[in-house]
Amino acid sequence: MTPILEADRLVKVFGATSALDGLSFTVAPGESLGLLGVNGAGKTTAMNLLLGLTTPTSGTVRIFGLDLWKHRIEILRQINFSSAYTSLPSNLLVWQNLTVFARLYRVPRPKQRIDALIELLDISHLRKAVTGKLSAGESTRVNLAKALLNKPRLLLLDEPTASLDPDIADRVRKLLRHLQAQDGLSILYTSHNMRDIEEVCDRLVFLHGGKVLTEGTPGEVQARFNRTSLEDFFIGVARGEIDAIGLP
Amino acid sequence: MPFSCNTVGALVLRYVFLYTRHPVRFVELIFWPLVDLLVWGFLTIYLQKQGPAGLPSTITFLIGGMILWDVLFRSQQGVAISFLEDVWTRNLLNVFVAPVRTIEYVAATCLVGVLRVGVTLIVLTGVAALAYHFHLADLGIVLLPFLANLMLFGWFLGMVSTALIMRWGQAAESLAWAVPFFIQPLAAVFYPVSVLPVWLQPIANSLPCTPIFEGMRAVLAGHPVPWHQLGYAFTLNLVWGALAAWFFAANLRYVRKTGLLVKVATQ
Ligand SMILES: Nc1ncnc2c1ncn2[C@@H]1O[C@H](COP(=O)(O)OP(=O)(O)O)[C@@H](O)[C@H]1O
Ligand SMILES: [Mg+2]
Repeated sequence: MTPILEADRLVKVFGATSALDGLSFTVAPGESLGLLGVNGAGKTTAMNLLLGLTTPTSGTVRIFGLDLWKHRIEILRQINFSSAYTSLPSNLLVWQNLTVFARLYRVPRPKQRIDALIELLDISHLRKAVTGKLSAGESTRVNLAKALLNKPRLLLLDEPTASLDPDIADRVRKLLRHLQAQDGLSILYTSHNMRDIEEVCDRLVFLHGGKVLTEGTPGEVQARFNRTSLEDFFIGVARGEIDAIGLP
Repeated sequence: MPFSCNTVGALVLRYVFLYTRHPVRFVELIFWPLVDLLVWGFLTIYLQKQGPAGLPSTITFLIGGMILWDVLFRSQQGVAISFLEDVWTRNLLNVFVAPVRTIEYVAATCLVGVLRVGVTLIVLTGVAALAYHFHLADLGIVLLPFLANLMLFGWFLGMVSTALIMRWGQAAESLAWAVPFFIQPLAAVFYPVSVLPVWLQPIANSLPCTPIFEGMRAVLAGHPVPWHQLGYAFTLNLVWGALAAWFFAANLRYVRKTGLLVKVATQ
């Protein structure tokens, strides 16, 4: 089966910094893949390359089997993105923002779709709220509603639970799980939150210094390095106790 | 080239929501141009009363110059401020990861420019007619190609401003207001090109708006419509349009390569 997403030997150099150094991985249909790594490992850079926001120094990205830069618009129509670092225009009402993006994504019957998402994300009370006045948790859910408008086949999330309280974070994770099971949604998820990865992701790719240090299910990864938990593994990498040379 | 009017419509809808939700935004569109008009209007009246005998009737070109300059300026602002609006509200990434072609994004900002010009033009022509008996429509049918050329040049300057802000980040935001004023001294808005030093004249004559302001003064002075000037302005606009598009595309490529696009969008 063709992978939903294929990153092939991605290299990204910013001046003297090498942010990605030959990163390759794939996301299978219906799979939820976590990109894990310490700060500066290259997660956001990878995400930006996959979205066409940044061009790679070398390497290719294929989504739905199509080359990203040759079929960018066609691909963007069927994927979506949400991150803790973007927001919808703060000076519009929630329903106005969702209406604008529903039209941008050419959502058929936008009103029904928006109603359904508002219901799903439990934000009906925010429909007429000013987007800029939402709390972090509310804003994340509204961003997610935007990211689900076009019923994406692939959802890219850059630290979606950053700045959420544990209750809301838990709800977001459950929702993502639900969508994945129900709609066969593929998800690429970056986080440095182990809980996120363990709960949401079928498999993880651990990035370090812009390349894959290891990959597998969370259980496989921690077992491979004789660690008691994924968190313990993460700390090991961050403190330099585990590196590529130490690979068994 | 593929192009979707629906996409442009959706992007413009966002500004329609913005302006209808915050009517105070109209103040900016009306207040400053009105202040300008009052200054140039009263100056005109003063000159008509006090000036040497040769001056009178045609001195109204100061008011005409001011209004037409504002068309150019508002058009440029429409493009540049629309982009800044996306930067300020951290919405730029949402737009760039949506299925929006660059040309559709630029077209939407240009359309916002047209809407802004429309509002300002209606107010200014109305007040100029009532307060100073200056009737812009007296220029006749040639007013339309005059306006069209100024609007086009405004778009192109807007694209250049946007490209510079993309590249230099929010520190360069003031360029959105400054770029048009860099060229104003050379644009022959209130005086003919002939008063400029000889070495500056070729630069002035390479701006598409210069022949428009010269043409406006000619028509107000009762000379026949200088169609060849209009043709010249339009030709210059084609060249400027091509250069602005190239400059915009080159900068977009550059900010995608250096990661500055993401930086300007998330700072
Ligand atoms: N636009 C940029 N210009 C220069 N260096 C950058 C840029 N973006 C990222 N980097 C660098 O690339 C590396 C990877 O960053 P990033 O992808 O943001 O990591 P992560 O998201 O995993 O924390 C870091 O060293 C960062 O400083
Ligand atoms: Mg990051």
